[in-house]
Amino acid sequence: MTTVFIPRDSAALSVGADLVAEEFARLIRERNLDAHIVRTGSRGMLWLEPLIEIDTADGRIGYSNVDAAGVSELLDSGVLMGNAHASRIGVVDEHEWLAKQERVTFARVGIIDPLSLSDYEAHGGLVGLRKALELTSDEIVEQVTESGLRGRGGAGFPAGIKWKTVLGASADQKYICCNADEGDSGTFADRMLMEGDPFTLIEGMIIAGIAVGATKGYIYIRSEYPHAIETMNEAIDIAMAAGVLGSSVCGSSKAFTLEVRAGAGSYVCGEETAMLESIEGKRGMIRPKPPIPALVGLYGKPTVINNVMTLSAVPMVLANGAAAYQALGHERSRGTQVFQLAGNIAQGGIVELAFGVSLGELVDGFGGGTLSGRPVKTVQIGGPLGAYLGPDAWNVAMAYESLVQAGGMLGHGGIVVFDDTVNMAQQARFAMEFCAEESCGKCTPCRIGSIRGVETIDRIVAGVEQSKNLELLEDLCETMTDGSLCAMGGLTPLPVRSALKLYPADFGITGGQS
Amino acid sequence: MTKYSHDMLIGELTRLSDSKPGIMQALQRTQELLGFVPDTAIDQVADVCNVSRAEVYGVLTFYSDFRREAPADVVVKVCVAESCQSVGSRQVVKELHDHGYDVHSGNQKDGIACEQTFCLGNCALAPAAMINGKPLGRASATSILAAAKAAK
Ligand SMILES: Cc1cc2nc3c(=O)[nH]c(=O)nc-3n(C[C@H](O)[C@H](O)[C@H](O)COP(=O)(O)O)c2cc1C
Ligand code: SF4
Ligand code: FES
Repeated sequence: MTTVFIPRDSAALSVGADLVAEEFARLIRERNLDAHIVRTGSRGMLWLEPLIEIDTADGRIGYSNVDAAGVSELLDSGVLMGNAHASRIGVVDEHEWLAKQERVTFARVGIIDPLSLSDYEAHGGLVGLRKALELTSDEIVEQVTESGLRGRGGAGFPAGIKWKTVLGASADQKYICCNADEGDSGTFADRMLMEGDPFTLIEGMIIAGIAVGATKGYIYIRSEYPHAIETMNEAIDIAMAAGVLGSSVCGSSKAFTLEVRAGAGSYVCGEETAMLESIEGKRGMIRPKPPIPALVGLYGKPTVINNVMTLSAVPMVLANGAAAYQALGHERSRGTQVFQLAGNIAQGGIVELAFGVSLGELVDGFGGGTLSGRPVKTVQIGGPLGAYLGPDAWNVAMAYESLVQAGGMLGHGGIVVFDDTVNMAQQARFAMEFCAEESCGKCTPCRIGSIRGVETIDRIVAGVEQSKNLELLEDLCETMTDGSLCAMGGLTPLPVRSALKLYPADFGITGGQS
Repeated sequence: MTKYSHDMLIGELTRLSDSKPGIMQALQRTQELLGFVPDTAIDQVADVCNVSRAEVYGVLTFYSDFRREAPADVVVKVCVAESCQSVGSRQVVKELHDHGYDVHSGNQKDGIACEQTFCLGNCALAPAAMINGKPLGRASATSILAAAKAAK
């Protein structure tokens, strides 16, 4: 029987994948064809969605941008045999865009049925967990430390060191909290992993639990991700029923259970202490540090907080050994980064590569330039708190430290491309507006400074007392940077200042000012 | 929508308490059941969570997801964040406005409301929207309104 793979990832759904699947199902029935449908995650070649795949003797053959109205004709052309067709892209694994990548965390996404535990195991799942169960807590933490794995949520803090702190704390209860708030524009890796391979995250969290002595985990998923919430909940139920989660993890003496908590439309709840407040059901107000959450975290207990990508890298680290992961990367950025190409880009999607690839290779090479076909003017890396960079930064190596040196930040690895029609004063204004909208309200520079920032940019653009208002904007940026408790207020000046520095003309500044 | 009586709502909320329900989770459950959080539910949530009305009110107003009034039959989330801006979401917002839908106020018209949101995680197929929870990529004002009408 032939297998037709059709993605169920919400990006694929957004361009009609469900309709395509329904039409395939209908015609398979009607024509009595010897075929069945398996729904998968997405390969991450999002500009090709809906991308369907047919299992053939030569491998999985892809057909791109399929729409429901064209399914009948596709079947007539013999796609079930992998026959020629205008939309045929060949063996998907050999597609240049994928073949050039180093898929570690995303190794299974788009390939397996996300909710089939047997598929998961057949593709290397649970190997890391089984190894971890044979190690002591110290040995697991040591492996993670040696791998060089750093937090993928933004700050890049070494995961092993955080785990060691939690391991060293003594308490009657410890927690693992996964940050799946993924609020940055231009990022969707967490969502695609949770929708396309949820057991990897579950496995990573169990290993974290065993490593630090935590028996309970929470996954905080933003409410804008209803499909991810649903898939994670189903996967947790399946893992519970199979004994992967529960009072005896894979038949061992270790216990671990998981629960999903949904967000409610607040960006700042992605900040780890605000997230803890939110999981506890309170307003998402930032907690001052110290105490650090590793010692005083959820409900006051020692807590590991890691991003989805951080925790999802852990099973591979354990399965293949710390050295294999450590061998990939650039300077102090080890392993792979799941880059996300977004915005005005011809070929947007997931590019997983060892750290160190150049920005230009991602935007022009993988991305193929803009969707509009116009020149790239700027890219914003690392979400709404990240700097804008111009094409003169194309040679920058994509890694934590090298990006900081170039005036930017990696953040969660999202790259948003803009063509030459973008007005950078408008983008700077938006950065301030967004901060005003999403501020938790605790610090005056963030809460009020951002509102003043919007007004000041408006005056600069209107040409009202420009040099005085430029000075005021600079003062505001400085106050926000220095006087904010968290990066919301503290980093908003980054996109504002970079836009102003690189594109003064967009602010109506003609002289040598800026 | 308000088919839940006082006792039924209390019953539903109490059932949450096995897993340490916070105020937020009780409000989320209320909204799931009723479509919004009516004023009368605030007392009930306060009772169940054993906190003051003021605390419930504080949480209710902090999160933008919570509604104080019954929602439209069709709720469209329109992304206005950077990736979507880069391919014309500002134009989409303007055209929706021309059709009588203001994404800032989220006004209801003909059973449809359009509300702004910051990122739906579909940034490579922007502009992005979500119609009653169904994702729509490469969206335009026309395709959004067509999908919204079809969802009614
Ligand atoms: C305003 C703000 C928003 C944040 N949003 C997220 C987010 O959506 N996801 C995330 O993993 N980290 C986010 N972070 C970073 C977290 O505070 C924290 O560093 C991270 O979850 C730690 O996990 P990691 O070490 O695995 O990266 C945010 C930080 C700030 C200041
Ligand atoms: S910087 Fe802004 S978001 Fe962060 S704690 Fe202060 S007010 Fe809250
Ligand atoms: S910015 Fe619009 S979907 Fe992400």
